[in-house]
Amino acid sequence: MLKLETVQSGYGNILAVKGISLEVNRGEIITLIGANGAGKSTTLLTISGIVRCRTGKILLNEEEIQALATDEIVKKGVVQVPEGRHIFPELTVQENLDMGAFLRNDTREVKKDLEYVFSLFPILAERRHQDGGTLSGGEQQMLSLSRALMARPKLLLLDEPSMGLAPLIIKQIFEIIKKINHDNGTTIFLVEQNAHQALQVANRGYVLENGKIATTGSAETLLNNPEVQKAYLGM
Amino acid sequence: MEYFIELLLSGLTRGAIYALIALGYTMVYGIIGLINFAHGEIYMIGAFTSFIVATILSIYGFPLLAIIVLAGLAAVIWSASYGYTIEKIAYKPLRKAPRLSALISAIGMSIFLQNYVLLAQTSEFLPFPQLIPDFPFMEPIAHIVGSTDLVILVTTTIAMLILTVVIKYTKIGKAMRATSQDRTMAMLVGINVDRIISVTFIIGSSMAAIGGLLIASHIGQINFSIGFLAGIKAFTAAVLGGIGSVPGAVLGSVVLGLTESFATGYVSSDYEDVFAFSLLVLILIFKPSGLLGKVESQKV
Repeated sequence: MLKLETVQSGYGNILAVKGISLEVNRGEIITLIGANGAGKSTTLLTISGIVRCRTGKILLNEEEIQALATDEIVKKGVVQVPEGRHIFPELTVQENLDMGAFLRNDTREVKKDLEYVFSLFPILAERRHQDGGTLSGGEQQMLSLSRALMARPKLLLLDEPSMGLAPLIIKQIFEIIKKINHDNGTTIFLVEQNAHQALQVANRGYVLENGKIATTGSAETLLNNPEVQKAYLGM
Repeated sequence: MEYFIELLLSGLTRGAIYALIALGYTMVYGIIGLINFAHGEIYMIGAFTSFIVATILSIYGFPLLAIIVLAGLAAVIWSASYGYTIEKIAYKPLRKAPRLSALISAIGMSIFLQNYVLLAQTSEFLPFPQLIPDFPFMEPIAHIVGSTDLVILVTTTIAMLILTVVIKYTKIGKAMRATSQDRTMAMLVGINVDRIISVTFIIGSSMAAIGGLLIASHIGQINFSIGFLAGIKAFTAAVLGGIGSVPGAVLGSVVLGLTESFATGYVSSDYEDVFAFSLLVLILIFKPSGLLGKVESQKV
Protein backbone atom coordinates (compact mmCIF):
# COMPACT_ATOMS: atom_id res chain seq x y z
CA MET A 1 0.00 0.00 0.00
CA LEU A 2 2.72 2.45 1.05
CA LYS A 3 6.23 2.23 -0.30
CA LEU A 4 9.22 4.47 0.41
CA GLU A 5 12.12 4.27 -2.04
CA THR A 6 15.44 5.77 -0.89
CA VAL A 7 13.69 8.77 0.65
CA GLN A 8 15.83 11.63 1.91
CA SER A 9 14.50 14.60 3.83
CA GLY A 10 15.45 17.00 6.57
CA TYR A 11 15.52 20.56 7.84
CA GLY A 12 17.75 23.25 6.36
CA ASN A 13 21.25 21.85 6.08
CA ILE A 14 20.50 18.87 8.27
CA LEU A 15 19.52 15.62 6.64
CA ALA A 16 17.44 13.63 9.14
CA VAL A 17 16.26 10.83 6.88
CA LYS A 18 19.16 9.54 4.80
CA GLY A 19 17.71 7.37 2.09
CA ILE A 20 15.30 4.91 3.63
CA SER A 21 13.23 2.30 1.82
CA LEU A 22 10.37 0.43 3.38
CA GLU A 23 7.03 -1.07 2.56
CA VAL A 24 3.70 -1.28 4.33
CA ASN A 25 1.13 -3.74 2.98
CA ARG A 26 -2.64 -3.39 3.20
CA GLY A 27 -4.08 -4.48 6.53
CA GLU A 28 -0.72 -4.72 8.29
CA ILE A 29 0.51 -3.09 11.45
CA ILE A 30 4.09 -2.06 10.79
CA THR A 31 6.29 -0.42 13.34
CA LEU A 32 9.32 1.78 12.97
CA ILE A 33 11.44 1.78 16.09
CA GLY A 34 14.53 3.72 16.94
CA ALA A 35 16.19 5.99 19.46
CA ASN A 36 15.69 9.73 19.91
CA GLY A 37 16.81 11.63 16.85
CA ALA A 38 16.95 8.58 14.60
CA GLY A 39 14.58 10.27 12.13
CA LYS A 40 11.33 8.49 12.98
CA SER A 41 9.09 11.54 13.23
CA THR A 42 10.71 13.14 10.19
CA THR A 43 9.89 9.99 8.22
CA LEU A 44 6.21 10.33 9.13
CA LEU A 45 6.13 14.06 8.46
CA THR A 46 7.70 13.42 5.07
CA ILE A 47 5.02 10.88 4.19
CA SER A 48 2.35 13.47 5.08
CA GLY A 49 4.12 16.15 3.06
CA ILE A 50 4.79 18.49 5.99
CA VAL A 51 8.53 17.99 5.52
CA ARG A 52 9.42 17.86 1.84
CA CYS A 53 10.91 14.69 0.36
CA ARG A 54 14.19 15.75 -1.27
CA THR A 55 15.10 12.66 -3.22
CA GLY A 56 13.48 9.29 -3.66
CA LYS A 57 9.85 8.34 -4.08
CA ILE A 58 6.86 7.84 -1.84
CA LEU A 59 4.29 5.58 -3.46
CA LEU A 60 0.74 5.12 -2.27
CA ASN A 61 -0.91 2.27 -4.16
CA GLU A 62 1.73 2.61 -6.90
CA GLU A 63 1.06 6.34 -7.25
CA GLU A 64 3.74 8.90 -6.42
CA ILE A 65 2.62 11.26 -3.66
CA GLN A 66 5.85 12.97 -2.57
CA ALA A 67 5.05 16.16 -4.47
CA LEU A 68 1.44 16.52 -3.27
CA ALA A 69 0.24 19.08 -0.75
CA THR A 70 -0.61 17.77 2.72
CA ASP A 71 -4.37 18.16 2.29
CA GLU A 72 -4.23 16.18 -0.97
CA ILE A 73 -2.41 13.38 0.81
CA VAL A 74 -5.02 13.38 3.59
CA LYS A 75 -7.70 13.21 0.89
CA LYS A 76 -6.13 9.96 -0.28
CA GLY A 77 -6.73 8.44 3.14
CA VAL A 78 -3.30 8.89 4.75
CA VAL A 79 -3.99 10.35 8.18
CA GLN A 80 -1.45 11.12 10.86
CA VAL A 81 -1.59 11.35 14.64
CA PRO A 82 1.49 13.49 15.18
CA GLU A 83 3.90 13.37 18.07
CA GLY A 84 2.72 15.44 21.00
CA ARG A 85 -0.97 15.00 20.05
CA HIS A 86 -1.52 18.49 18.69
CA ILE A 87 -5.02 18.95 20.05
CA PHE A 88 -6.61 22.26 19.00
CA PRO A 89 -6.54 23.71 22.53
CA GLU A 90 -9.41 26.16 22.20
CA LEU A 91 -11.75 23.99 20.20
CA THR A 92 -14.05 21.74 22.20
CA VAL A 93 -13.62 17.97 22.08
CA GLN A 94 -16.58 17.83 19.71
CA GLU A 95 -15.09 20.51 17.45
CA ASN A 96 -11.73 18.74 17.42
CA LEU A 97 -13.53 15.63 16.20
CA ASP A 98 -15.46 17.68 13.61
CA MET A 99 -12.12 18.90 12.28
CA GLY A 100 -10.99 15.29 11.92
CA ALA A 101 -13.88 14.83 9.50
CA PHE A 102 -13.11 18.11 7.72
CA LEU A 103 -12.85 16.58 4.26
CA ARG A 104 -15.98 14.45 4.55
CA ASN A 105 -19.46 15.40 3.42
CA ASP A 106 -21.31 12.18 4.28
CA THR A 107 -22.97 13.58 7.40
CA ARG A 108 -24.75 10.38 8.32
CA GLU A 109 -21.61 8.25 8.18
CA VAL A 110 -19.68 10.89 10.12
CA LYS A 111 -22.28 10.60 12.86
CA LYS A 112 -21.80 6.84 12.92
CA ASP A 113 -18.04 7.27 13.24
CA LEU A 114 -18.58 9.74 16.05
CA GLU A 115 -20.58 7.12 17.93
CA TYR A 116 -17.84 4.60 17.18
CA VAL A 117 -15.06 6.71 18.70
CA PHE A 118 -17.26 7.53 21.69
CA SER A 119 -17.72 3.79 22.17
CA LEU A 120 -13.95 3.33 22.09
CA PHE A 121 -13.35 6.20 24.51
CA PRO A 122 -16.49 6.93 26.57
CA ILE A 123 -14.63 9.63 28.51
CA LEU A 124 -14.56 11.78 25.35
CA ALA A 125 -18.36 11.68 25.15
CA GLU A 126 -18.50 12.95 28.73
CA ARG A 127 -16.11 15.78 27.92
CA ARG A 128 -17.40 16.65 24.48
CA HIS A 129 -18.18 20.29 25.30
CA GLN A 130 -14.92 20.91 27.13
CA ASP A 131 -11.99 22.69 25.47
CA GLY A 132 -9.38 20.28 24.13
CA GLY A 133 -6.62 22.08 26.02
CA THR A 134 -8.18 21.23 29.38
CA LEU A 135 -7.91 17.45 28.92
CA SER A 136 -5.28 15.33 30.64
CA GLY A 137 -2.41 13.87 28.61
CA GLY A 138 -4.06 10.48 28.27
CA GLU A 139 -7.39 11.99 27.25
CA GLN A 140 -5.61 14.17 24.70
CA GLN A 141 -4.00 11.10 23.18
CA MET A 142 -7.42 9.45 22.98
CA LEU A 143 -8.83 12.56 21.34
CA SER A 144 -5.96 12.79 18.91
CA LEU A 145 -6.44 9.17 17.87
CA SER A 146 -10.21 9.61 17.64
CA ARG A 147 -9.83 12.75 15.54
CA ALA A 148 -7.73 10.80 13.07
CA LEU A 149 -10.33 8.02 12.98
CA MET A 150 -13.02 10.57 12.10
CA ALA A 151 -11.29 10.92 8.72
CA ARG A 152 -11.84 7.19 8.04
CA PRO A 153 -8.18 6.61 7.27
CA LYS A 154 -7.02 3.88 4.94
CA LEU A 155 -3.52 4.26 6.31
CA LEU A 156 -3.06 5.54 9.84
CA LEU A 157 0.32 7.00 10.79
CA LEU A 158 0.88 7.02 14.54
CA ASP A 159 3.79 8.91 16.05
CA GLU A 160 4.67 7.73 19.56
CA PRO A 161 1.17 7.27 20.93
CA SER A 162 2.67 6.04 24.22
CA MET A 163 4.77 9.12 24.90
CA GLY A 164 4.39 10.49 28.41
CA LEU A 165 1.50 8.25 29.39
CA ALA A 166 0.91 6.01 32.39
CA PRO A 167 1.45 2.26 31.76
CA LEU A 168 -2.23 1.46 32.17
CA ILE A 169 -3.24 4.04 29.55
CA ILE A 170 -0.49 2.88 27.20
CA LYS A 171 -1.93 -0.61 27.41
CA GLN A 172 -5.42 0.70 26.66
CA ILE A 173 -4.20 2.75 23.68
CA PHE A 174 -2.36 -0.21 22.17
CA GLU A 175 -5.41 -2.42 22.60
CA ILE A 176 -7.45 0.15 20.72
CA ILE A 177 -4.81 0.30 17.98
CA LYS A 178 -5.12 -3.45 17.53
CA LYS A 179 -8.89 -3.17 17.56
CA ILE A 180 -8.94 -0.44 14.90
CA ASN A 181 -6.74 -2.59 12.67
CA HIS A 182 -8.91 -5.64 13.32
CA ASP A 183 -12.38 -4.02 13.09
CA ASN A 184 -11.88 -1.78 10.07
CA GLY A 185 -8.90 -3.34 8.33
CA THR A 186 -7.09 -0.01 8.72
CA THR A 187 -3.42 -0.28 7.81
CA ILE A 188 -1.26 1.12 10.58
CA PHE A 189 2.26 2.50 10.48
CA LEU A 190 3.40 2.96 14.03
CA VAL A 191 6.45 4.89 15.10
CA GLU A 192 7.59 4.10 18.64
CA GLN A 193 10.40 4.41 21.10
CA ASN A 194 8.62 1.93 23.29
CA ALA A 195 9.91 -0.96 21.16
CA HIS A 196 8.62 -3.70 23.38
CA GLN A 197 5.04 -2.47 23.31
CA ALA A 198 5.20 -1.75 19.57
CA LEU A 199 6.56 -5.15 18.58
CA GLN A 200 3.80 -6.80 20.63
CA VAL A 201 1.11 -5.44 18.30
CA ALA A 202 3.00 -5.22 15.00
CA ASN A 203 3.31 -7.78 12.22
CA ARG A 204 6.66 -6.52 11.04
CA GLY A 205 9.12 -3.88 12.10
CA TYR A 206 11.93 -1.69 10.87
CA VAL A 207 14.75 -0.43 13.06
CA LEU A 208 15.93 3.08 12.27
CA GLU A 209 19.41 4.27 13.24
CA ASN A 210 20.83 7.65 12.27
CA GLY A 211 18.38 8.14 9.45
CA LYS A 212 18.93 4.72 7.90
CA ILE A 213 17.17 1.38 8.20
CA ALA A 214 19.49 -0.80 10.28
CA THR A 215 17.49 -3.99 10.26
CA THR A 216 14.04 -5.32 9.48
CA GLY A 217 12.03 -8.46 10.00
CA SER A 218 8.90 -9.92 11.52
CA ALA A 219 8.00 -8.65 14.97
CA GLU A 220 8.98 -12.00 16.44
CA THR A 221 12.40 -12.03 14.78
CA LEU A 222 13.12 -8.53 16.02
CA LEU A 223 12.00 -9.38 19.55
CA ASN A 224 14.48 -12.26 19.53
CA ASN A 225 17.30 -10.40 17.77
CA PRO A 226 20.07 -9.98 20.38
CA GLU A 227 21.15 -6.60 19.07
CA VAL A 228 17.63 -5.23 19.08
CA GLN A 229 17.14 -6.66 22.55
CA LYS A 230 20.25 -4.94 23.78
CA ALA A 231 19.67 -1.57 22.15
CA TYR A 232 15.91 -1.13 22.37
CA LEU A 233 14.41 -3.67 24.72
CA GLY A 234 16.78 -3.14 27.64
CA MET A 235 17.68 -6.80 27.96
CA MET B 1 -27.09 64.40 30.78
CA GLU B 2 -28.12 64.92 27.20
CA TYR B 3 -24.55 65.94 26.38
CA PHE B 4 -23.29 62.77 28.03
CA ILE B 5 -25.59 60.60 25.91
CA GLU B 6 -24.55 62.47 22.80
CA LEU B 7 -20.88 61.79 23.56
CA LEU B 8 -21.66 58.18 24.43
CA LEU B 9 -23.38 57.59 21.11
CA SER B 10 -20.74 59.34 19.07
CA GLY B 11 -18.12 57.28 20.91
CA LEU B 12 -19.97 54.10 20.06
CA THR B 13 -20.13 55.15 16.42
CA ARG B 14 -16.39 55.74 16.32
CA GLY B 15 -15.86 52.43 18.07
CA ALA B 16 -18.03 50.68 15.49
CA ILE B 17 -15.92 52.02 12.64
CA TYR B 18 -12.68 51.09 14.39
CA ALA B 19 -14.09 47.63 14.99
CA LEU B 20 -14.81 47.08 11.31
CA ILE B 21 -11.16 47.79 10.52
CA ALA B 22 -9.66 46.23 13.66
CA LEU B 23 -11.21 42.86 12.83
CA GLY B 24 -9.03 42.57 9.74
CA TYR B 25 -5.90 43.20 11.79
CA THR B 26 -6.79 40.77 14.51
CA MET B 27 -7.98 37.95 12.23
CA VAL B 28 -4.90 38.09 10.02
CA TYR B 29 -2.69 38.24 13.08
CA GLY B 30 -4.51 35.26 14.56
CA ILE B 31 -3.93 33.14 11.48
CA ILE B 32 -0.45 34.06 10.23
CA GLY B 33 0.99 36.18 13.06
CA LEU B 34 1.46 39.20 10.82
CA ILE B 35 0.53 42.82 11.45
CA ASN B 36 -0.88 43.66 8.05
CA PHE B 37 0.10 47.31 7.83
CA ALA B 38 -1.49 47.61 4.40
CA HIS B 39 -4.92 46.98 5.94
CA GLY B 40 -5.60 50.70 6.47
CA GLU B 41 -5.06 51.19 2.75
CA ILE B 42 -7.63 48.50 1.98
CA TYR B 43 -10.10 50.61 3.92
CA MET B 44 -9.04 53.74 1.99
CA ILE B 45 -9.47 51.88 -1.31
CA GLY B 46 -12.94 50.84 -0.16
CA ALA B 47 -13.80 54.48 0.46
CA PHE B 48 -12.47 55.52 -2.98
CA THR B 49 -14.29 52.72 -4.78
CA SER B 50 -17.60 53.61 -3.17
CA PHE B 51 -16.93 57.28 -3.95
CA ILE B 52 -16.35 56.57 -7.64
CA VAL B 53 -19.29 54.22 -8.00
CA ALA B 54 -21.63 56.51 -6.06
CA THR B 55 -20.63 59.51 -8.16
CA ILE B 56 -21.17 57.71 -11.45
CA LEU B 57 -24.50 56.25 -10.36
CA SER B 58 -25.81 59.58 -9.11
CA ILE B 59 -24.98 61.14 -12.50
CA TYR B 60 -27.24 58.53 -14.07
CA GLY B 61 -29.92 59.37 -11.52
CA PHE B 62 -30.14 56.08 -9.64
CA PRO B 63 -32.27 56.11 -6.47
CA LEU B 64 -30.35 56.66 -3.23
CA LEU B 65 -30.90 53.18 -1.84
CA ALA B 66 -29.60 51.56 -5.04
CA ILE B 67 -26.56 53.80 -4.94
CA ILE B 68 -25.72 52.83 -1.36
CA VAL B 69 -26.13 49.12 -2.02
CA LEU B 70 -24.24 49.08 -5.32
CA ALA B 71 -21.45 51.33 -4.04
CA GLY B 72 -21.10 49.16 -0.94
CA LEU B 73 -21.04 45.99 -3.03
CA ALA B 74 -18.45 47.40 -5.41
CA ALA B 75 -16.29 48.55 -2.49
CA VAL B 76 -16.48 45.13 -0.84
CA ILE B 77 -15.60 43.24 -4.03
CA TRP B 78 -12.82 45.62 -5.02
CA SER B 79 -11.23 45.80 -1.55
CA ALA B 80 -11.52 42.03 -1.10
CA SER B 81 -9.70 41.42 -4.38
CA TYR B 82 -6.98 43.83 -3.24
CA GLY B 83 -6.67 42.02 0.10
CA TYR B 84 -6.51 38.65 -1.64
CA THR B 85 -3.90 39.84 -4.14
CA ILE B 86 -1.73 41.59 -1.55
CA GLU B 87 -1.52 38.39 0.45
CA LYS B 88 -0.51 36.39 -2.63
CA ILE B 89 2.09 38.91 -3.80
CA ALA B 90 3.55 40.37 -0.64
CA TYR B 91 3.07 37.80 2.14
CA LYS B 92 2.75 34.28 0.77
CA PRO B 93 6.29 34.13 -0.68
CA LEU B 94 7.57 35.17 2.75
CA ARG B 95 5.59 32.64 4.77
CA LYS B 96 8.69 30.70 5.81
CA ALA B 97 10.89 33.79 6.17
CA PRO B 98 11.46 35.52 9.52
CA ARG B 99 8.45 37.55 10.71
CA LEU B 100 10.30 40.81 10.30
CA SER B 101 10.57 40.30 6.53
CA ALA B 102 6.81 40.01 6.14
CA LEU B 103 6.32 43.06 8.36
CA ILE B 104 8.64 45.14 6.18
CA SER B 105 6.81 43.84 3.13
CA ALA B 106 3.52 44.97 4.70
CA ILE B 107 4.86 48.46 5.36
CA GLY B 108 6.14 48.61 1.78
CA MET B 109 2.74 47.54 0.49
CA SER B 110 1.07 50.26 2.54
CA ILE B 111 3.34 53.00 1.17
CA PHE B 112 2.95 51.64 -2.36
CA LEU B 113 -0.86 51.66 -2.20
CA GLN B 114 -1.02 55.19 -0.79
CA ASN B 115 1.18 56.50 -3.58
CA TYR B 116 -0.63 54.49 -6.18
CA VAL B 117 -3.95 56.08 -5.21
CA LEU B 118 -2.27 59.48 -4.95
CA LEU B 119 -1.04 59.18 -8.54
CA ALA B 120 -4.06 57.45 -10.01
CA GLN B 121 -6.56 59.74 -8.30
CA THR B 122 -5.54 63.00 -6.67
CA SER B 123 -3.83 64.48 -3.64
CA GLU B 124 -6.83 66.77 -2.97
CA PHE B 125 -9.52 66.05 -0.45
CA LEU B 126 -12.59 64.93 -2.37
CA PRO B 127 -16.07 65.78 -1.13
CA PHE B 128 -17.88 62.54 -0.45
CA PRO B 129 -21.62 62.66 -1.26
CA GLN B 130 -23.97 62.25 1.67
CA LEU B 131 -25.35 58.82 0.85
CA ILE B 132 -27.39 58.36 3.99
CA PRO B 133 -30.37 60.73 4.14
CA ASP B 134 -31.72 62.23 7.37
CA PHE B 135 -34.51 59.87 8.33
CA PRO B 136 -37.73 61.69 9.27
CA PHE B 137 -38.30 59.40 12.27
CA MET B 138 -34.93 60.44 13.68
CA GLU B 139 -35.89 64.11 13.77
CA PRO B 140 -36.85 64.38 17.46
CA ILE B 141 -33.41 63.10 18.54
CA ALA B 142 -31.40 64.40 15.60
CA HIS B 143 -29.49 66.81 17.85
CA ILE B 144 -28.19 63.84 19.86
CA VAL B 145 -27.59 61.21 17.24
CA GLY B 146 -27.55 61.57 13.47
CA SER B 147 -29.01 59.18 10.93
CA THR B 148 -25.56 58.24 9.65
CA ASP B 149 -24.49 57.27 13.17
CA LEU B 150 -27.54 55.07 13.46
CA VAL B 151 -26.79 53.36 10.16
CA ILE B 152 -23.16 52.84 11.19
CA LEU B 153 -24.17 51.29 14.51
CA VAL B 154 -26.77 49.01 12.98
CA THR B 155 -24.58 47.91 10.05
CA THR B 156 -21.63 47.18 12.30
CA THR B 157 -23.75 45.22 14.74
CA ILE B 158 -25.18 43.10 11.95
CA ALA B 159 -21.73 42.53 10.42
CA MET B 160 -20.34 41.47 13.81
CA LEU B 161 -23.21 39.08 14.43
CA ILE B 162 -22.77 37.44 11.04
CA LEU B 163 -19.03 37.14 11.56
CA THR B 164 -19.49 35.64 15.03
CA VAL B 165 -21.90 33.02 13.71
CA VAL B 166 -19.57 32.19 10.81
CA ILE B 167 -16.55 31.77 13.06
CA LYS B 168 -18.36 29.85 15.74
CA TYR B 169 -20.62 27.50 13.86
CA THR B 170 -19.65 26.98 10.22
CA LYS B 171 -17.13 24.48 8.96
CA ILE B 172 -14.94 27.18 7.44
CA GLY B 173 -15.08 29.18 10.70
CA LYS B 174 -13.98 26.18 12.74
CA ALA B 175 -11.22 25.55 10.22
CA MET B 176 -10.10 29.17 10.64
CA ARG B 177 -9.90 28.76 14.40
CA ALA B 178 -8.11 25.43 14.03
CA THR B 179 -5.58 26.99 11.64
CA SER B 180 -4.86 29.85 14.01
CA GLN B 181 -4.37 27.47 16.94
CA ASP B 182 -2.13 24.89 15.25
CA ARG B 183 -1.30 25.32 11.60
CA THR B 184 0.60 22.05 11.14
CA MET B 185 -2.23 20.06 12.67
CA ALA B 186 -4.75 21.91 10.53
CA MET B 187 -2.83 20.71 7.49
CA LEU B 188 -2.79 17.18 8.87
CA VAL B 189 -6.58 17.02 9.12
CA GLY B 190 -6.76 18.04 5.47
CA ILE B 191 -7.43 21.77 5.73
CA ASN B 192 -6.04 23.71 2.79
CA VAL B 193 -4.31 26.34 4.88
CA ASP B 194 -3.57 28.63 1.92
CA ARG B 195 -7.27 28.81 1.19
CA ILE B 196 -8.10 29.59 4.82
CA ILE B 197 -5.56 32.42 4.79
CA SER B 198 -7.10 33.82 1.58
CA VAL B 199 -10.59 33.64 3.09
CA THR B 200 -9.35 35.50 6.16
CA PHE B 201 -7.93 38.30 4.03
CA ILE B 202 -11.14 38.47 2.00
CA ILE B 203 -13.38 38.71 5.10
CA GLY B 204 -11.12 41.29 6.77
CA SER B 205 -10.93 43.40 3.61
CA SER B 206 -14.69 43.29 3.08
CA MET B 207 -15.30 44.54 6.60
CA ALA B 208 -12.78 47.35 6.08
CA ALA B 209 -14.49 48.31 2.80
CA ILE B 210 -17.84 48.63 4.56
CA GLY B 211 -16.08 50.77 7.17
CA GLY B 212 -14.61 52.90 4.39
CA LEU B 213 -17.99 53.58 2.83
CA LEU B 214 -19.64 54.38 6.16
CA ILE B 215 -17.02 56.70 7.55
CA ALA B 216 -16.53 58.53 4.28
CA SER B 217 -20.20 59.39 4.13
CA HIS B 218 -20.04 60.31 7.84
CA ILE B 219 -17.08 62.68 7.57
CA GLY B 220 -17.91 63.87 4.07
CA GLN B 221 -14.48 63.87 2.47
CA ILE B 222 -11.80 61.41 1.46
CA ASN B 223 -8.13 61.49 0.58
CA PHE B 224 -5.40 58.98 -0.24
CA SER B 225 -3.96 59.25 3.28
CA ILE B 226 -7.08 58.51 5.35
CA GLY B 227 -6.08 54.86 5.65
CA PHE B 228 -2.98 55.66 7.65
CA LEU B 229 -4.48 57.19 10.80
CA ALA B 230 -7.58 54.99 10.70
CA GLY B 231 -5.30 51.99 10.35
CA ILE B 232 -3.14 53.02 13.29
CA LYS B 233 -6.21 53.66 15.45
CA ALA B 234 -7.83 50.36 14.54
CA PHE B 235 -4.55 48.56 15.13
CA THR B 236 -4.36 50.24 18.54
CA ALA B 237 -7.89 49.05 19.26
CA ALA B 238 -6.95 45.50 18.26
CA VAL B 239 -3.90 45.53 20.54
CA LEU B 240 -5.96 47.09 23.33
CA GLY B 241 -8.46 44.26 23.15
CA GLY B 242 -5.82 41.56 22.72
CA ILE B 243 -4.55 41.01 19.20
CA GLY B 244 -5.70 37.72 17.72
CA SER B 245 -9.01 37.82 19.59
CA VAL B 246 -12.15 38.72 17.65
CA PRO B 247 -14.31 39.80 20.64
CA GLY B 248 -11.20 41.60 21.91
CA ALA B 249 -10.99 43.70 18.76
CA VAL B 250 -14.61 44.78 19.17
CA LEU B 251 -14.23 45.58 22.86
CA GLY B 252 -10.94 47.41 22.27
CA SER B 253 -12.57 49.47 19.51
CA VAL B 254 -15.51 50.48 21.67
CA VAL B 255 -13.24 51.41 24.59
CA LEU B 256 -11.03 53.46 22.28
CA GLY B 257 -13.99 55.16 20.59
CA LEU B 258 -15.57 56.11 23.92
CA THR B 259 -12.28 57.40 25.33
CA GLU B 260 -11.74 59.63 22.33
CA SER B 261 -15.30 60.86 22.35
CA PHE B 262 -15.33 61.77 26.06
CA ALA B 263 -11.85 63.30 25.85
CA THR B 264 -13.03 65.47 22.97
CA GLY B 265 -16.26 66.41 24.69
CA TYR B 266 -15.05 67.14 28.20
CA VAL B 267 -11.45 68.22 27.62
CA SER B 268 -10.59 69.28 24.10
CA SER B 269 -10.41 67.68 20.69
CA ASP B 270 -6.72 68.55 20.66
CA TYR B 271 -6.18 65.92 23.32
CA GLU B 272 -8.17 63.15 21.67
CA ASP B 273 -5.12 61.20 20.51
CA VAL B 274 -3.23 61.83 23.75
CA PHE B 275 -6.02 60.17 25.70
CA ALA B 276 -6.35 57.31 23.22
CA PHE B 277 -2.70 56.38 23.30
CA SER B 278 -2.28 57.01 27.05
CA LEU B 279 -5.06 54.51 27.54
CA LEU B 280 -3.22 52.02 25.36
CA VAL B 281 -0.02 52.43 27.36
CA LEU B 282 -1.88 52.12 30.67
CA ILE B 283 -3.72 48.96 29.68
CA LEU B 284 -0.61 47.34 28.28
CA ILE B 285 1.28 48.06 31.51
CA PHE B 286 -1.31 46.22 33.57
CA LYS B 287 -2.47 43.67 30.99
CA PRO B 288 0.35 43.14 28.50
CA SER B 289 -1.67 40.78 26.32
CA GLY B 290 -4.61 43.20 26.05
CA LEU B 291 -8.09 43.13 27.58
CA LEU B 292 -9.16 39.75 26.20
CA GLY B 293 -5.82 38.52 24.92
CA LYS B 294 -4.73 35.07 25.99
CA VAL B 295 -1.80 34.52 28.25
CA GLU B 296 0.28 31.97 26.43
CA SER B 297 0.23 28.92 28.63
CA GLN B 298 -0.99 25.71 27.14
CA LYS B 299 -0.74 22.14 28.14
CA VAL B 300 1.58 20.20 25.90
